[in-house]
Amino acid sequence: MRQARKRLWIIAAGAAVLVAAAALAFTAMRDAMVFFYSPAMVAENPPLPGQRVRVGGLVVTGSVERPSAGGAHFTVTDGRADIRIEFAGSLPDLFREGQGIVAEGAFDEQARFTAQTVLAKHDETYMPPEVARALRESGYWNDGPPSAGQYVGPASGASR
Amino acid sequence: MIAEIGRFLIALAFIACLAQTLLAWRGADQGGRSGAARAGAAAAEIAVIAAGLAFLLLIISFLRSDFSIAYVASHSHVDKPLIYKISGAWGGHEGSMLLWCWILALFGLGLARIGPKDLALRSRAVSFQGLLSTLFFAFLAFASNPFERILPAPIQGADLNPILQDPLLAIHPPMLYVGYVGLSAAFAIAAAGLVQRSGGRALASALRPWALGAWASLTAGIALGAWWAYYELGWGGWWFWDPVENASFMPWLLGAALIHSAIATEKRGAFPGWTVFLALIAYILSILGAFLVRSGVITSVHAFALDPERGVWILGMLGVSAVAGFFLFALRAGSLGEGDGFEPTSREAFIGANNLLLAVTAGVVLIGTLYPLFVDIMGWPMISVGPPYFDASATPLLILAAALMPLAPFLPWANGGAKPGLKQMRAALLLLPVAGVVIAFVWFGAPVMAVAAGGVGAWALAGAAMDARIHWQTAKSRTARLALSGRALAHAGVGFIALGGAADASRPADIHRALAPGESMTIAGRTLTLEDVRRADGPNFMADRATIRVDGRSTVRPERRFYPAANQTTREVGLGSDVRGDIYLSIGEARTREDGVMAYEVRAAFHPLVWMLGLGAFLVVTGGGLALCARVTGGVPAKVKVKVKRESAEAPETPAGAGSGQA
Repeated sequence: MRQARKRLWIIAAGAAVLVAAAALAFTAMRDAMVFFYSPAMVAENPPLPGQRVRVGGLVVTGSVERPSAGGAHFTVTDGRADIRIEFAGSLPDLFREGQGIVAEGAFDEQARFTAQTVLAKHDETYMPPEVARALRESGYWNDGPPSAGQYVGPASGASR
Repeated sequence: MIAEIGRFLIALAFIACLAQTLLAWRGADQGGRSGAARAGAAAAEIAVIAAGLAFLLLIISFLRSDFSIAYVASHSHVDKPLIYKISGAWGGHEGSMLLWCWILALFGLGLARIGPKDLALRSRAVSFQGLLSTLFFAFLAFASNPFERILPAPIQGADLNPILQDPLLAIHPPMLYVGYVGLSAAFAIAAAGLVQRSGGRALASALRPWALGAWASLTAGIALGAWWAYYELGWGGWWFWDPVENASFMPWLLGAALIHSAIATEKRGAFPGWTVFLALIAYILSILGAFLVRSGVITSVHAFALDPERGVWILGMLGVSAVAGFFLFALRAGSLGEGDGFEPTSREAFIGANNLLLAVTAGVVLIGTLYPLFVDIMGWPMISVGPPYFDASATPLLILAAALMPLAPFLPWANGGAKPGLKQMRAALLLLPVAGVVIAFVWFGAPVMAVAAGGVGAWALAGAAMDARIHWQTAKSRTARLALSGRALAHAGVGFIALGGAADASRPADIHRALAPGESMTIAGRTLTLEDVRRADGPNFMADRATIRVDGRSTVRPERRFYPAANQTTREVGLGSDVRGDIYLSIGEARTREDGVMAYEVRAAFHPLVWMLGLGAFLVVTGGGLALCARVTGGVPAKVKVKVKRESAEAPETPAGAGSGQA
């Protein structure tokens, strides 16, 4: 009797918390999920203006402009299409021309992309998986990253 | 030659671990006192010595800049300062894996020497630990050998990534690994106990000190990493819900649940199956973390480079450990026994609630971390799940858990009854500081979640102070007082972390501005004046160092460095700290402004009360350490005997019960 009662309220409390957490996680996921667009995908079927998205590709060599007001403008490509990105902050230290980067932000009505964050890795041989997949799909890249082949093959990077 | 000896030592350690697994298993069958058991322990010793020597040889190779070893060539440079030559040994995948393996072996030896009192159980645990080490040493020997040669040997190394050239590289990974890997000892004891059919209580007592030590180290490792990520520009701040951060946070959450549920199992026999299950899954999540970090499957600022082969190996080890653990659990969970009943307002019930919330939080974090990966595997449009998800799902659960935390020490075991406890802790009085903090946060326009977290932080601090004050008198023995201090300090630490996190979440927006020397800008009421920018070169880099005066008094000196060997620029943040918080400054490159003046891009931020995060983490680690001391010096606490009767209004609290419900 006691055992059964104890079980019952433990199960009830557990189920209640689980349901609440699942609901919480589900709604949070729906609001917080950010889709990735490669330049080719943007060209075909652009996201809505103001929708928070990630875009990525290789930074086109020679495309980086540093306006005197601060920030940076640059172009990323997947070989089929380009996206011009405007970024008001300071670029990460690992940002390089020719490197794969991911930017998070939104397009405006004029189809200009303003990035809130630009992600570059703390490892210069690392290619963001989204960018790698986009480049593979566009046929722009099929072997290792551009720097593969030199002896820096394995990881450079630490646990953090 | 060194590389060949190194490879031999790794192979030797692998074989020793295999021998440890088999011999200790046989020894456990014979009751744990036989020659086989002793041979198993000796094999553990050989593994530790061999792996330790291999690690030493790797460090020596770094010191000698032996670039004929591929790993050294890709992570070192002749001009690199000594400390980074040494710590560079664990700055990349292969070397850090060697460190991981050595720590695994060390825990194997630890179990053999000071493991469970029951010798059969001890030998069985040594055997399971041997199995876990064998898996990782195989991975090291066959797929991640740090002593791999390279032909032709380059004349110069590629240098350690400049961002990693930081003093924290010396202690953050080792601390973190002791935590991650230490959970393997809890796994081994739990699995051994299932094989031996030890009861739930005995098992919880045997594994708790190991879980406690591992968890305290993991806390320290995560905290050091958070500190590093805080002052390293571009790593997203002290906590960013990055997949790699989550990878360490999930075992941490389950470890926290485990050390609490083990108390309830040890003292009252409650949740025996759950405690063992947690011990198994906490380490499995550690391996999952290693997979996420090292296989390159996720986008993270902290991840290692892409290497699918490595990922497959780690998945294999994950599979073996998980299948072995869960299979045993399914087979033998019945042997763990059932606890006595308890009421909804008892301490067991609150420990259960804490466990439920921590485990559910871990689940929510797991979903957010793995969902993008799942979507990628399914070939659906790629997505990312960032901080907004975790802030809306994990944070409220953690706030709720922290809100319940201060009550538990005032609740009696088994029969419960919240009223005497609430009166004793003067709950009504404690709500005053909470109200004060809430009003302050609302005044400064903090977001809703920050107001809640700040209030809960104040509540936890007040509760911990009251816990220490009230229970100090009832805790008579030295052990009980140690345990009480551990609990109170750790719980106060949680309070400080909540307050610091809440304050930081309410900080003003960052400001970017191009400043010429002599010009000023303002953030959070402080005037920042750029005085000058000068050359300040280091041993292996060139640097521009800015001098920025804050409010005409103290100076902060952010730097911009160029590392020629790696051809990379980094920015070193300048911090101006006082009790109100940190002024956080970085300086970009010089460029000509619209008005034709040469100016530097200055990024300024203000992080209020951020020191509370550090203090909180320090208190949690210290609390965990004290609880471990109490346990090591005081031995296994007696079972708290409470007559479980619904009629008895007042539960007779045993003298030990009040004080030794450890952190």
